[in-house]
Amino acid sequence: MATKEPELIRMGQHSQGAFRWPDAPDPDKYSVCVHCGFCLEVCPTYQEWTDENHSPRGRVYLIKAASEGELPLDENVINPVFTCLDCRACETVCPSGVQVGALIEEARGQVYHARPKQGVAGALERLFLRGIFPHPKRLRRVAKLMRFYQTSGLRTAIRKTGAIRVLPRHLREMEAVLPEVPAEGAREALPGRMPAQGVRKGAAALFTGCVMDVFFADVNEATARVLARNGLEVRVPKEQICCGALQVHAGDREQARAMAKHNIDVFLASGVDYIVINAAGCGAALKEYPELFRDDPVWHARAEQFSAKVRDISELLVEVGFDPPRAEVRRRVTYHDACHLCHAQKIRQQPRQLLRAIPGLELVEMPDSDRCCGSAGIYNLTHPQMAGELLERKMDDVPEGVDAIVMGNPGCMLQIKVGVHRRQRQADVLHTVELLDEAYRREGVKG
Amino acid sequence: MNQEALVRALTEIVGPRRILHRPGQLAAYECDGYVAQKGRPRAVVFPETTEEVSRIVRLLHRERIPFVPRGAGTGLSGGATPLHDEVVISLVRMNKLLSVDYENMRAIVQPGHVNLTLSKRLGPQGYYYAPDPSSQSVCTIGGNLAENAGGAHCLKYGVTTNHIVAAEVVMPNGDVVEIGAEFGEAVGYDLLGLIVGSEGTLGIATAITVRILKKPQAVRTVMAMFDRVADASDTVSHIIASGIVPAAIEMMDQLAMQAVDKSNYHVGYPRDIEAVLLIEVDGLEAGLPELADRIIAICREHRARSVKLAESDAERALWWSSRKMAFGATGRISPDYIVQDGVIPRTKLTEILARIAELSEESGLRIANVFHAGDGNLHPLICYDARIPGQTEKAVAVGSAILRACVDVGGSITGEHGVGVEKLEEMRYLFSDADLEAQLAIRAVFNPEDLCNPGKLIPRPGRCAEVRDAHWLAAKHAEIAAGFPDQTLTTSPGAGA
Ligand SMILES: Cc1cc2nc3c(=O)[nH]c(=O)nc-3n(C[C@H](O)[C@H](O)[C@H](O)COP(=O)(O)OP(=O)(O)OC[C@H]3O[C@@H](n4cnc5c(N)ncnc54)[C@H](O)[C@@H]3O)c2cc1C
Ligand code: SF4
Ligand code: SF4
Repeated sequence: MATKEPELIRMGQHSQGAFRWPDAPDPDKYSVCVHCGFCLEVCPTYQEWTDENHSPRGRVYLIKAASEGELPLDENVINPVFTCLDCRACETVCPSGVQVGALIEEARGQVYHARPKQGVAGALERLFLRGIFPHPKRLRRVAKLMRFYQTSGLRTAIRKTGAIRVLPRHLREMEAVLPEVPAEGAREALPGRMPAQGVRKGAAALFTGCVMDVFFADVNEATARVLARNGLEVRVPKEQICCGALQVHAGDREQARAMAKHNIDVFLASGVDYIVINAAGCGAALKEYPELFRDDPVWHARAEQFSAKVRDISELLVEVGFDPPRAEVRRRVTYHDACHLCHAQKIRQQPRQLLRAIPGLELVEMPDSDRCCGSAGIYNLTHPQMAGELLERKMDDVPEGVDAIVMGNPGCMLQIKVGVHRRQRQADVLHTVELLDEAYRREGVKG
Repeated sequence: MNQEALVRALTEIVGPRRILHRPGQLAAYECDGYVAQKGRPRAVVFPETTEEVSRIVRLLHRERIPFVPRGAGTGLSGGATPLHDEVVISLVRMNKLLSVDYENMRAIVQPGHVNLTLSKRLGPQGYYYAPDPSSQSVCTIGGNLAENAGGAHCLKYGVTTNHIVAAEVVMPNGDVVEIGAEFGEAVGYDLLGLIVGSEGTLGIATAITVRILKKPQAVRTVMAMFDRVADASDTVSHIIASGIVPAAIEMMDQLAMQAVDKSNYHVGYPRDIEAVLLIEVDGLEAGLPELADRIIAICREHRARSVKLAESDAERALWWSSRKMAFGATGRISPDYIVQDGVIPRTKLTEILARIAELSEESGLRIANVFHAGDGNLHPLICYDARIPGQTEKAVAVGSAILRACVDVGGSITGEHGVGVEKLEEMRYLFSDADLEAQLAIRAVFNPEDLCNPGKLIPRPGRCAEVRDAHWLAAKHAEIAAGFPDQTLTTSPGAGA
């Protein structure tokens, strides 16, 4: 069919719409929505609020209406665009293949231009998104400050004196469960190159991530060990920076593009076969780098080249074949599907395969394991009420009698730690790869 | 009553958090699953109890303000679309399972309860709710009642009306009445029969008593692929003529297969077959394998290229998803589509398909076909692009022409999606003015001022039925004329497109 004609028409509509900045929501993405409504029931925000404005179908419709000039870019469009968890549950069910997540992110980019955030909140957001996260050294300094707070006795003092009460409940709880920040992250602690053990299956560069490396550096170290154990030479490029997912979620696409370019340069130069990530949110963002360069053919091509190498740790291990551990880890665990693993990257079976391969480990499935836990990047900080409700539901679903809740994303790990704390449950919150690593390490002990 | 006063009065009933009234909040409620016609509502309210529904309706009735009930908004004929500045009464917050009586096989739900959720909740006890529209994972039982929804398995089990035994209904004046009987046949007029399928024009269901069934002990699912549609169609007739009562027989044509294969529900159909049949039998395990064998044999006798039995629950589930997602998956091959819902005597299938192919060629619009083949219910999916001026009208006109063809071979204009606003004109293919007057007289008893979902289901007698065809002709005419440099040139409508 003639494709030229509609394009021209679209361009015309587009220029009169509410999205006046480059990199606007793509008409080819929203026109795919056939308004069938199949996405309603899986959307956590619709489930809670039952208002179609806060459903995938509604959000896509509002974005389309704003794009075509039917609605102004005001609160009625902006709110639904920002209440979205970006969990992508809608994309899993959508028969028509609407990229709801990408549309939401593009729309947020427009809001970022149209409505720069004012006041303290805006300044803080800019400080973190532009001033701290993109700069590993500054991020490290903040981390050190936190470590000082946690280990110097200051934390105890603040808790004892009750000064902690100035924080709202959700931040107080978050503070309570934050793991102790290690003295240095894996990016610094790990050697730049670790040789493969056994038959060599290729070279993998480890993407250490920011949240992961501040709070869960040991997960990164476990990842490196597990890779090497399975025949992968591990590199840890020291110049890498945060992936930019937080910036994309907030609509700061310009900053995100700058960070993406930096990482693409660093990792492509390293000449590895794979770029490995153990944080689902970052993994999805890295795989979606090309989306940021729709208007830039040169960088788009480089981004494609980069993304083609990106693998989640569980995905890579299953792809290249992993050694089933021989030692036992006697535990009863349940698995939570991080949204950005199961919905955004369609990775469901691989982590389960790894867990099932561990002798002695019993995996008990939880119902609706792929429903968002409410963490969703920094959603739990920006929309604490919604995030809290989702966390309650998630905790209700954790089966009785498990001693660990396992997942593949640091954001979820922090969130579910809050849940465990709230319910006073005796359960560890672990990354999949930590259990696998433990099994391998026990082999060594037994000799 | 002005908008401000109305909002105040509604807020008094439902509180400030369960009402939408600012213009920018209403766009999302402009239409349902049928997108060719749209209208902004005056407000949307979300009641949680029968009493709230009753108070809202009483208020609107008193003020002569029209209203439209809405479930999940998956309707495909515009039933929940506000075209007269209505207040939308959304029932999705009334989604509770009120009670279950397993021994007597009854459940009572609020109208916003999602169809599949009921089966999921009954599942652990070995029970389910039989009607299974393809939209069952989202559509509400209230919406099912209003549309008398069908589904793949309704071939054996019957459509919604066979599964609803009683309902609590808020009448268009706000009175609350109980109709039907939980057990046995209701005495007096069959009001329940009237309400089921009334598309929200006779009142709002606020509690629904449904029949629940014991899950069949065993299931066998067969997929058969055919080089020719005619063979697939003969197979269907033969299976039924042989006395087998399948739970479901579904068919898809090549374009529909391509659409689902592009979606998350990929089966991998060959690109050179014309039709695929999905046939299911269920019941007691004893005898079922033999039944499946007989079906497979009949498929082979009719030159099926390949026949397979589902080997696992996962495979069976994938086959069904592939079929049930077919409408939505059409978005993979076309920006917009209209799904039609004609019924024909089963034996006319090949004939009607040829006519549909002709219409597709004439109009230049691709048409995918999905059928509940067992009961002759066709769903042609007419692909178009609303951004191209004139295409929406053309697609609507093609849909209408298909329905006419169905009526001409002795069929009907809707199997399960209802009339809504979409098929108002086509009602005239079936009914005379006198027939329509009779139906309007019934509506007038319940809904005398036509405030409750106004203008839906029954057209006013007397208006010209050929309006749409004329539109299409005009569109066609314009296109032909546009093909010539001289715009003043007149072409006869008969000239080829
Ligand atoms: C992809 C897709 C596949 C579909 N497949 C099928 C199928 O296989 N079989 C089938 O039958 N249908 C099918 N449908 C159509 C649709 O899902 C059904 O008509 C369904 O019953 C509508 O339910 P709903 O909750 O979405 O109702 P809505 O669309 O919200 O409303 C439908 C009608 O019911 C009225 N209504 C809603 N609630 C009430 C109430 N409580 N009291 C009175 N009136 C009420 C509304 O006013 C409207 O007229 C499909 C739709 C889609 C999008
Ligand atoms: S499921 Fe997909 S096509 Fe259907 S309404 Fe939702 S986003 Fe649109
Ligand atoms: S990404 Fe999640 S929250 Fe956002 S619309 Fe989709 S399902 Fe809803």
